[in-house]
Parts: sequence; C-alpha cells; structure tokens
Amino acid sequence: MSGHQYLSEEGFRVDGRRAQEMRKLDCSLGVFAQADGSAYVKEGNTVVLAAVYGPHEVRGGRVKALHDRAVVNCQFSAATFSTAERKRRPRGDTKSVEMTLHLQQTFETAILTKLYPRCQIDIFVEVLQADGSILSVAINAATMALVDAGIGLRDYVCACSAGVFNDAALLDLNNLEESQKGTGLTVAILPKTERIVLVDMSSKIHSDHVSKTIEAAIEGCKDIHATFDAKIKERVGRLAALINTEN
Amino acid sequence: MANLAVSDSEKTFIIHGVEDNLRCDGRGCLDYRHIELELGAAPNCSGSSHVRIANTDVLVGIKAEIAAPDHAAPDRGRIEFFVDLTANADPEFEGTGGDELGQQIAGALAEAYVSKRFLDLSSLCIVKNQQVWVLFVDILILELGGSLYDAVSIAVKAALYDLRIPKLTVSIGEDGKPEIEVSDDPHTQEPLAIANVPCFVTLSKIGSQFVVDVSQEEAECSTVNMCCAIAPNGRMATTMKTGVGSLHPDSLIEALQLAQEIGVALHKALHKQFVKAQELSGRTNGFLL
Repeated sequence: MSGHQYLSEEGFRVDGRRAQEMRKLDCSLGVFAQADGSAYVKEGNTVVLAAVYGPHEVRGGRVKALHDRAVVNCQFSAATFSTAERKRRPRGDTKSVEMTLHLQQTFETAILTKLYPRCQIDIFVEVLQADGSILSVAINAATMALVDAGIGLRDYVCACSAGVFNDAALLDLNNLEESQKGTGLTVAILPKTERIVLVDMSSKIHSDHVSKTIEAAIEGCKDIHATFDAKIKERVGRLAALINTEN
Repeated sequence: MANLAVSDSEKTFIIHGVEDNLRCDGRGCLDYRHIELELGAAPNCSGSSHVRIANTDVLVGIKAEIAAPDHAAPDRGRIEFFVDLTANADPEFEGTGGDELGQQIAGALAEAYVSKRFLDLSSLCIVKNQQVWVLFVDILILELGGSLYDAVSIAVKAALYDLRIPKLTVSIGEDGKPEIEVSDDPHTQEPLAIANVPCFVTLSKIGSQFVVDVSQEEAECSTVNMCCAIAPNGRMATTMKTGVGSLHPDSLIEALQLAQEIGVALHKALHKQFVKAQELSGRTNGFLL
C-alpha cells in the first residue's frame, strides 16, 4: 500500500477516522484487588493492563535503596497472543527492554520520588492486545494505575502518538499506519505545564515536519488528559459519596 | 507459588472450620466458588476466553497456525501450551520469576491432552507429512487467588470451545504438489470437537478432609494436593500429587473417586455456561470494563 492511501482524498484514514481524530478511549481503575493500584485502558483495539505495587521496602538487597528518593521499577511485557503474529516470548526481547526503559525514565520524572525515600515503586505493564501506539497506551495505563494507587505525582503523564502522511499530521496511529516506515513518533507530556517528558522517534521524519507532528501529538495528549481527569473526578466523587453515607 | 503469610491461629481456625464442613467464605468442603466465564475475550485470536474464580484471573488466547507436523505423528495436528505468570499477579513473577511454575502448569496440561481419546488432533491434519494446524494455547495469569490448575484448565477448555479454524481446501496443483487455499469467509469456520476434553479437579487435604477449589489461605493449610484431569465421561487423563505432604493409599483412592464424581458434575455445569457465554460473546465492551 503506498503512502497516499493512508489518508483518502475525502480526508478519511484506513479505519474511517479523520486525520486528527483519536480512537475511542475507555478505562477502568482498581480492576485487581491484589495490587495497590491497577488500571485497564483500551484505546481502539489496543488494550493494556497496568498494576502498581508500592511504595514498599526495596526488594532484592538493600544496595539498590536510595537514601533520599524512591526506586522506580518498571516492567513492560506483551501477551504472546497480543500481536497478529504470535510472539515467541512475552518479555526480554529488545523492544520490551526499550519500552521498560522509556517507562522508567518517564515515571522517574513524574513521580514525586522525594516523598518516598528508601522505598520502591513497581509499575508492571501488560499488553493484552496490540494495535499500534503501544508505548503511549502503556504510559497512559501506568499513569492511571499510579493515580489509583495514590502515589504522589507531579501531574498526569499523558501520551499520544502522531505521524505524517502527505504533509498531514495523523493522531493516534493504529498498527497499519505504524508499520509504514518512517512516520511515527510518541510524545508524553505533563499537561498542566505542557512540559514534554518523553519523545520517542524510532523512525525518520523530515525536519520540516517534526515540530508540526509534535504539536499535533501534544493536542492529542491534552484530549487524553481531559478524558482521564473527568474519569478520575467522577470516580473520586463516587468514592467520597460512599464515605459520607457510612458516616 | 507465591506464598502468603498465614499465622498458626488462622490456620487452626481454617482447619477446624473444614472439619465442620464450613469454610471461611461459607462454602462446604466440596463447593466451588462462583466461576465467571467469558468467551472471545481477545478478538485477535482464533479462540479465547477469560475465567475468573474469585481472585484467580486467567486469560487464554489460542492462535492457529499452519506448520510442519511432528515426525512421530505425521497425520495429527499439534497443540502447544505456554503459561505466562504476569507480574500483575505477584511481583515475585517479575522477569523470569514465574517461569518455573508456568512450565509446570504447561507440562501438566500437555500431559492431560496427550491422548487422542480426549482430544483428537487428526482433524487438524491438512496434508499428511507436510502441513498441519498447530494450536498455540497461550495462558496469561493475571491474578492469583488459589486453585490455579482448575481455573487454567477451565479457561483452556472454554477457549477451545470458542476456537474457530478457517476452512481449507486442498487441491493438487499443476506441478503435482498440493495447494492449500484458506477460506476468508468467517461463516465457514469450523469448531473443534471438544466433547471429551478433560479439566483439572484439585483436591487438597486440609486436616482429615478433602476440599475442592481452595483459596490461597486454605492452600497454606493443606498438606497434600491431588490434581486429577477428569474427562466429561469420568475417565481420568492424568493425575499427580503436588505439595510436600504424604498420603495414605486409602485416602488416595478416596480422592480419585471424589475427583471423578466432581469432575463429571463440573463438566455438565461448564457446558451449560459455555452455551450461554457463546451467545454473549463479542457483545461486551472489553472484559474488564
């Protein structure tokens, strides 16, 4: 399939969206009782589950403990049946290791680690279905799980992917669009200050298009922030109402 | 398996309760917890299911692929199990922490499915000696709440029930070699005959009683577990003893008979639920939402 077909003359993408349109975003919090915080995020056909354990004592030797801040420990793994082609193993491959590093660096910035000295916070991300924009959905799910766990954050971390096709910026790429070489990037921001905490450009983009694509992705991040913020407020409101009736 | 800290007095409480046929959640010794079942939980698989028994959460996805058969069985398809214990279930499973238990469960499943009396894989043969269907059964453990083997085997059977394999037409090409054509019409997809597929029934001995479907706290009190794979007709596919304790031959026979009775009843109840779940399949909006 050649490049121009990713955006038709009428302005529609392969899955019927407009260029700047995001996929349907759904999420639910506190899906598991065992973890301190958990979230299930579904963006189109990409489904990610995140669990947060902590803050707790540092596991596996006190050498790793930091006297003035928390250790943020992440793991990215993808179910072997999540992709169209079956994966040989769920984690430990180059891509998973890279994703783990991205998550770790992003959340070390976002978590108020100084609040939890000599502690460890675990973030485990599990991709159940992969249909593009995995990194951004993983970051969004991890944020929601951290909020659910009640861990101090500077702000939400909202992530969105974007790409360029024929001079037009497309938001929230699906698998088909992503597999087109040389197009996509992922941006994560702290929405209040609009500071960028992550840019991952694993393919090449013409320098003329970079700023435009990043701007589009930031707009997408803001949309996600609005959705998440409404979701959290609704949930907290419901929980608060429950506490009131008990009294 | 991930261990839970249970104090001595808690253990005594559980054991005394079991002696009186009353467990912490109000069940009798031979009662199961509520089993939640959903088919088609992972739409990108040929067959999938999601099973939740109280806190035990299992997601199974089956992908059917075409590959060369085993030399030992050139006219039969293959079924391969892979169990992934995610760190979501327990931080101990991070990295390679869950591999050992995963392999143990996958091995037990493979053993239970090995005989063609229970699952006839010859229907998965496409061209003898050359091409067969391989079913990759990938099992994801999302949360641990005891009775793992039972939950996994129920989820696998459900996913096999949900499995639809594309219809193939094999014709001999001009060069005399068989050509395979895959039908892309979803309505011609075929289900697998799973009428005899076994499920695990685990009986744990707590005090002097046998108990089914133990919670994690109860598992800490049990001395020995008998894990039996029972087919719907009552035949036993495999059986193994897990745990550190030992067992008197008389109790072993008692356990096997009990497992057989429970297994037959379990399959009947499951089949009804499969039919119900099939009707709802695909209509729900993601299994956790």
